[in-house]
Amino acid sequence: MADEALFLLLHSEMVAGLYRAAEQGEGENGRCITKLENMGFRVGQGLIERFTKDTARFKDELDIMKFICKDFWTTVFKKQIDNLRTNHQGIYVLQDNKFRLLTQMSAGKQYLEHAPKYLAFTCGLIRGGLSNLGIKSIVTAEVSTMPACK
Amino acid sequence: SRELFVLTYGALVAQLCKDYEKDEDVNTCLDRMGYGIGVRLIEDFLARSAVKKCRSYSETAEMIAQVAFKMYLGVTPSVSCTSAAGDEFSLILDKNPLVDFVEELPAERASLCYCNLLCGVIRGALEMVHLAAEVTFLQDKLKGDAVTEIGIIFLKKTEDKKHKRN
Repeated sequence: MADEALFLLLHSEMVAGLYRAAEQGEGENGRCITKLENMGFRVGQGLIERFTKDTARFKDELDIMKFICKDFWTTVFKKQIDNLRTNHQGIYVLQDNKFRLLTQMSAGKQYLEHAPKYLAFTCGLIRGGLSNLGIKSIVTAEVSTMPACK
Repeated sequence: SRELFVLTYGALVAQLCKDYEKDEDVNTCLDRMGYGIGVRLIEDFLARSAVKKCRSYSETAEMIAQVAFKMYLGVTPSVSCTSAAGDEFSLILDKNPLVDFVEELPAERASLCYCNLLCGVIRGALEMVHLAAEVTFLQDKLKGDAVTEIGIIFLKKTEDKKHKRN
């Protein structure tokens, strides 16, 4: 769908633009990631509101995580999360083997260090979504081999 | 879905407003980002639409309005030619999806061009097909005008650089 292309491009531009600004003016690297995450947070909050308007109440945390993995991820990235693991004590690992925002970059070690920039927005997205569903969380991302990420 | 794009755009503008005090800086930033998107979006557009080469400025303007806008934003602005020479056009949008979730501009941001990204996108895309243009917002619903109007002025065609390449 054409919308996807638009969003992907906007996202890349956002990352590039923020870093460009940081290089020219003050502002260290860490702040850019925070900014991206905060943007994702706002968007996540808004999105989850619209998606869950008509769905039934969630039974428990696991239910919410499943919703994020299936419906939420599908609407945003057109695919489901490939793997969800949990230790049933509040830690969940979502694995996406072909993360949409990373597929455009070459698979290999070259760009591994830049990958976190692209994941910051999505982390914020998840955190925002969860926060509006009543869950406080910390979301981190890890990339070991492109384009998979956890 | 489009909502994701619109919401992301909103968050982006909000962040830029925090980073830059002056409206012109935010506008410039949005325009530059739009340009970066435009130069890549044109490829996506051409791949998806497989349209033939446009033979005149007015065909190009129609193409932007009727095909591209519809494809990416789901709306079709109306095109009108605003100069006798046939190189100035205006696209009139009475529904702008980018501002779906925006009620009004805050008072201290009166000269913010919320949708300036669009101007950059059009400019970048046109440049990739060797058409230099100036794209600006002539009217903006968010600022109280009746409709949103984007003006495209086609500048002199950029020279074919094929024979100058070394």
